[in-house]
Amino acid sequence: MSEIDLIDLSKRFALKVDGKPQIVHALDGLNFTVRTGEVAALIGPSGCGKTTALRIAMGLDSASSGRVTVDGRVVKGCGYDRAMVFQHAELLPWLTALQNVMFGLELKGVRGELLRETAMQCLDLVGLKDSHQRRPYQLSGGMQQRVGIARALAVDPKILLMDEPFGALDAQTREDLQEQLLGIHARTGKTILFVTHDLDEAVLLADRVVVMQHGRLQEIVTVPLPRPRTDLAALRVTPEFATTRYRIWQALHAAAGTVH
Amino acid sequence: MAAADERLAAREQAEVAVTQHRWPRPAITLLSLAVVFGIWELCAPLINPVFGSYPSEIAMAFWQLARTGELWIALGQSLQPFVVGYGLAIAVGVPLGLVIGRFRTVEAALGIYVTAGYAMPLVALVPLLILWLGLGFWVKVAIIFLMSLFPICINTWLGVTAVPKSLIEVGKSFVATDAVILRRIVLPATLPYIMAGVRLAVGRAVVAMVVAEFFTSISGLGAIILKSANNFETANMFVPILLLVVLAVGLNSLIGFVERRVAPWQAEIAGRDRE
Repeated sequence: MSEIDLIDLSKRFALKVDGKPQIVHALDGLNFTVRTGEVAALIGPSGCGKTTALRIAMGLDSASSGRVTVDGRVVKGCGYDRAMVFQHAELLPWLTALQNVMFGLELKGVRGELLRETAMQCLDLVGLKDSHQRRPYQLSGGMQQRVGIARALAVDPKILLMDEPFGALDAQTREDLQEQLLGIHARTGKTILFVTHDLDEAVLLADRVVVMQHGRLQEIVTVPLPRPRTDLAALRVTPEFATTRYRIWQALHAAAGTVH
Repeated sequence: MAAADERLAAREQAEVAVTQHRWPRPAITLLSLAVVFGIWELCAPLINPVFGSYPSEIAMAFWQLARTGELWIALGQSLQPFVVGYGLAIAVGVPLGLVIGRFRTVEAALGIYVTAGYAMPLVALVPLLILWLGLGFWVKVAIIFLMSLFPICINTWLGVTAVPKSLIEVGKSFVATDAVILRRIVLPATLPYIMAGVRLAVGRAVVAMVVAEFFTSISGLGAIILKSANNFETANMFVPILLLVVLAVGLNSLIGFVERRVAPWQAEIAGRDRE
């Protein structure tokens, strides 16, 4: 069982605006659960704290109050039960694609033949086996992000945390990678929590969409699209897609309405 | 994948097209040198041999000094402390810069000495160093070490503060310890800065070497410069000076070569596309 719980999560920053100190509530009592094997999307207007929530779940930031638990155990810092896919891949530019994938594995203590083999399998999973000797600057943006995903998968985490993983890519590449991610999910059954600002992406990939506003939960929208989802273009023209997308849109606008 | 291949292919083609109608860079440099030395040589009749010299006379002086072996002995006497002092400066400066840049407490505690040491007129300390260490090998090492340590250390420090936070977080997300982050992320990410510091320090180390030999004036190339100047043998004086220049320029391009070997990604990321 790998279930991730965000419980009463709050995060306050001290910020100086015009020389006056201000307290910003990035997260203000956020609660939700991602179930085992589920894909959950975290969506909301920019500045609503969705990335902050993800970073706290990873252990890169600490909460001011509240906690995150994985299988009931409280998260204190980073661990190999979770792995992060960063917005801009963040590959180490001096390493080849293969070495980048091996990086996390080596830190986990994997050595010898198993190290290289596992890394190659993960590159194969994202379709980059033939490019394993290229360095990041010799890869396109989409390929870089695929290496980023392979690197996260390599340590065999239970939970994959993704921060706007396809936000920086062009439309066609994004769609390719979305399909690929669905395929990886179908094969590995990882629990996935990803942040996005793209309504379509949220509906196409997720089982449930967590809509946030002002550091709080606004609504959780369940996506009725069946799995496996292989043909994304066909899914887009289904009425279920349209109604779900519209419901999330409404939730986002209800969130915006409370501001003014 | 196909898009990236196309892009790479397009860039390769563009590079080929550009280099085809361009002069190779060493040729331009050699041409420039030939022009400057040619003009200098042409001015020979106007130069008083006490106040100046010219290439052919310096070449003759070089031949004389080289044939007697005096030049090579002096070169050896200069190079040994140079290698030791400069090597020590790298061995100490790089790790020091790394820890100062990485850890706030170390920066607060030691940063001030490095900044001060960089700005301090170290030449003024030479008489004191001679009192402590005498006139031999080690005083030269100390002067060269001190003058090249700070640019290496400051550049490394600066480089560490320029490492993107996101790369450090990659390490953290894979549960890397501070030591591992320093060695496997910060050090490689800082390499281009370190190499820049190591390059800058070459010039300062050569100056330090000559300064040291002026003060101790017993051995090395500096001693030949001083002796020749005192005897108004201006051509002889130019021989070690030019030799040092050649040495420094050679070392500089050697470091450039090493830099391209150890940090090949840098040239690809940084804007090297110049007219």
